[in-house]
Amino acid sequence: MQGRRHAPPWWFTLPALLLFAFVVLLPSARGLHYAVTDWDGLNPDFTVVGLDNFTAMADDPDAFGAVRHTLVVAVAITVLQNGLGLLLALGVNSAIKSRDVLRVLLFAPAMIAQIVTAYLWRNLLGPDGAVNSALGAIGLGGLRRDWLGDPDLALWMIVLVVVWQYAGYSMVIFLAGLQSVPKEIYEAAAIDGTGPVRRFWSIIRPLLAPALTINLMLSIIGGLKLFDQVYAMTGGGPGHATDTISTLIYKEAFTLGEFGYSIALAVVLTVIVAVASGAQYTVLSRGERAAS
Amino acid sequence: MNRYSPRTLALEVVMIAVAAVFAFPVYVLVNLAVRAPSDTSSPIAPTSSPTLGNFAGAWREAGLGGALINSVVVTAASVLIVLVVSSLAAYPLARSAARWSRGTFLLIMLGLVLPFQLASLPLYQTVRDLGLLGSVWSLVLFYSGLQVPFTTFLYVGFLRALPRDFEDAAQLDGATPLSTYRYVILPMLKPITVTALVLNAVSVWNDFFTPLLYLSGSTQQTVPVAIAGFVGQYVSDWNLIFAALLISIVPVLAVYLALQRHIINGFAGGLKG
Repeated sequence: MQGRRHAPPWWFTLPALLLFAFVVLLPSARGLHYAVTDWDGLNPDFTVVGLDNFTAMADDPDAFGAVRHTLVVAVAITVLQNGLGLLLALGVNSAIKSRDVLRVLLFAPAMIAQIVTAYLWRNLLGPDGAVNSALGAIGLGGLRRDWLGDPDLALWMIVLVVVWQYAGYSMVIFLAGLQSVPKEIYEAAAIDGTGPVRRFWSIIRPLLAPALTINLMLSIIGGLKLFDQVYAMTGGGPGHATDTISTLIYKEAFTLGEFGYSIALAVVLTVIVAVASGAQYTVLSRGERAAS
Repeated sequence: MNRYSPRTLALEVVMIAVAAVFAFPVYVLVNLAVRAPSDTSSPIAPTSSPTLGNFAGAWREAGLGGALINSVVVTAASVLIVLVVSSLAAYPLARSAARWSRGTFLLIMLGLVLPFQLASLPLYQTVRDLGLLGSVWSLVLFYSGLQVPFTTFLYVGFLRALPRDFEDAAQLDGATPLSTYRYVILPMLKPITVTALVLNAVSVWNDFFTPLLYLSGSTQQTVPVAIAGFVGQYVSDWNLIFAALLISIVPVLAVYLALQRHIINGFAGGLKG
């Protein structure tokens, strides 16, 4: 071994560590403290109320609804965005002539600010919006409605917009996985007369495992933190039909002055994100090992 | 294989149809942005006499000029800082097997799981006490720290896969650790730096929650906050709003189209790590 080799000095990590500690670590720790207080965000005097904020959540239908909506949205986005992303990736990985143009076009929405695409869709889905006009134009006028004004539909419309924006993102990551499949394997399988379904299941799927892991992690964490789209499209309404934990955090802190309660909600969100990503990581890394 | 068969043609037709559905909102966006407010025909009917008047109005009323400058300053400064501190930190974190190194890495990776709401609400108080509310520099500070975990993660993964030969040779030649970082490590990190630059720039440029908190009610705004304020003010004048949305999208799409090959490969490659 090379005894002369010395590791780079520890203080190289110092600038990153200080910034990270000041901006993320210490405020998060303070957040854990505020979560057990009745702080209003302004008054320097506040009292520790123990777990009152958390027990209050159990009696708060809005908080319950927000947790439920957050979970529904995160699961729906994860399933739909990755399902569609995988189909698109298989499509643009084929021999079609338009594949380069389609890749660029389908990924483009992922570059645009979420708040911007959300305002665009708020108009499209309105009573006089383009979606209703298009339905009328293709003879499905009976389906016309106020998509965001209907409490049963609004949450699903938000899911639709996220999937529209990020299916191309999943596609690109799956595509990278598909292109790591050596051409010879396809050719050998084609010569052996392996059908497309069999080919997908026994050759492509195992090699896609790393791309799937990344895609699932990104979409579930993104879905759990969803804020911009809800803020811009429905503001959490109608009523509280589309409030997520993130929008409720914002409302409790900045329109109701309930900072302590708001941060307690953020703590709940943290726990959900940690549990979801931890569980997912465990399951998927086991799957990846089994597949390889 | 890969000959252009009837089956491929069918797939081509299906994929183009799907892409058309994906592009439909953008068609409506452009169509309404060039339409005079007096024209009340269906939003999907092509505008008969297009006008550019909405763009002038939106530019003036939404304060997009100042917001674009603020967004450029915030994005450029935050991304530069985060790339420098993260690549510098990644060097010992990737190369040292010591306990402090593994511990520090895990501590920083904790930041990947913590939702930003948890940190940004208490930090709001600090920013206020420092008198930085309403200033774009509060955002530079915030993003510089917030983006450290993800960027360090990318750099450490990339660096671990690189051989040590060059840096060992440089050390044998008497290079200090700092000059080894500067002249050996940094050039080798170039591919992942481009990826990290794009990923960070996109998330900083597009972020809305934090500037909404730190800049609301001030004259300094970033593009997403300016857009939200504008929509709130001109709530029913959608031709004007769409013109503002389009203006805000153009710089992003221009950069994207110019770099798309690189961005698409980098996104996938960088995340594959």
